[in-house]
Amino acid sequence: MSTETQWPLWEVFTQEGDAAPHEHAGSVHAVDAEHAMQNARDIYARRGKVVSLWVVPLDAITASSPGDAGPLFDPGSDKAYRHPQFYKSPRGVKIF
Amino acid sequence: MTVAAAEDPVKLAEFEARLERGETIEPKDWMPEKYRKQLVRMMSQHAHSEVVGMLPEGNWITRAPSLRRKMVLLAKVQDEGGHGLYIYCGTETLGVGREELIEQLLTGKAKYSSIFNYPTLTWADIGVIGWLVDGAAIVNQTMLAKTSYGPYARAMIRICKEENFHKRQGYEICTVMAKGTPAQRAMVQDAVNRWWWPSLMMFGPSDATSPNSAELMRWRVKRETNDALRQRFVNLTIPQAQAIGLSVPDPDLRYNAETENWEFGPIDWSEFQAVIAGNGPCNRERMAARRKAHADGAWVREAAEVHAEKQAARAREHAA
Ligand SMILES: [Fe+2]
Ligand SMILES: [Fe+2]
Repeated sequence: MSTETQWPLWEVFTQEGDAAPHEHAGSVHAVDAEHAMQNARDIYARRGKVVSLWVVPLDAITASSPGDAGPLFDPGSDKAYRHPQFYKSPRGVKIF
Repeated sequence: MTVAAAEDPVKLAEFEARLERGETIEPKDWMPEKYRKQLVRMMSQHAHSEVVGMLPEGNWITRAPSLRRKMVLLAKVQDEGGHGLYIYCGTETLGVGREELIEQLLTGKAKYSSIFNYPTLTWADIGVIGWLVDGAAIVNQTMLAKTSYGPYARAMIRICKEENFHKRQGYEICTVMAKGTPAQRAMVQDAVNRWWWPSLMMFGPSDATSPNSAELMRWRVKRETNDALRQRFVNLTIPQAQAIGLSVPDPDLRYNAETENWEFGPIDWSEFQAVIAGNGPCNRERMAARRKAHADGAWVREAAEVHAEKQAARAREHAA
């Protein structure tokens, strides 16, 4: 067997239908962006609703780590005043 | 527990508590080494099965009896290649490279499903594979769509959506042949006779004798036992066989009204062990075909790399 190099990894995001968000679908190996796009089309858009593809080199993604979840996301859940239920309005008044 | 002894007990307890709460484990989360290992083994076997599974069916693409059947079979086989890639990419999130996994397949170190070591002798086999083999795979994969490892579960959800067409096209072929001439009916019955028991073996040995089952269940990699899945498959399949006038080659088969199960006769596990050990009817042929395909594709992989390098160099020149 010849020595095999492995093409770099690209993460693939698909948009399934107009106005939908791009969502992570999986990854492909490819030599460059164009190749990644072709592979992503063949693997993640074989049928159905995909209207747009993004391919992103894995190295370009910075991800939060599970250990940071507390400091990063806890502040989001202890501020009740960010939610509409925090506020009282007079009975019978239609706010929306 | 000897397995867990080497792991940090606090982290292990946290991990198991997460699973207990039904949480999903993601690639960067802490996990016991054994969990990672079991997943790599299971997922890579699964990916290899998808890839090797293209061979018995690919065998019939050029001989499909109509253009419609040929288009369908091409699309199905292409899907199976895609399934392999979904799962390889899921496995890579556990820190193993795809080239490493493929190397293990090609050198015979890694296993794949024993079912793909049986030959496809007639066109009816293509129908029966879709109906029984993909049918069994769906039962297994529907369970795995709820597995505790996120990337595996997500790959399974994607796969399950595509498998339904595989089973339907297979059952359609069987239906048409079962309603056809006496020769066609005999041909499809013969295919069922050959594929029935190997299909039941796809779920793996009985849990009592399956060394990994208990741990895989405890860590929610698997949510149901091999035997439970096998029984579900039989219960689903027998009415489908009856509906088109086909039988399965099991004299002990009978319906138990109390349990609502179709009870089946003993499985010949010595055959399963022999096929797993490399002595099935087509093991050597399958591996030779995979190795050849890999070697024949080497120049394409090299050319793609050289092309990309050239493009990059050109882009640098322009920038300078
Ligand atoms: Fe598949
Ligand atoms: Fe399939």
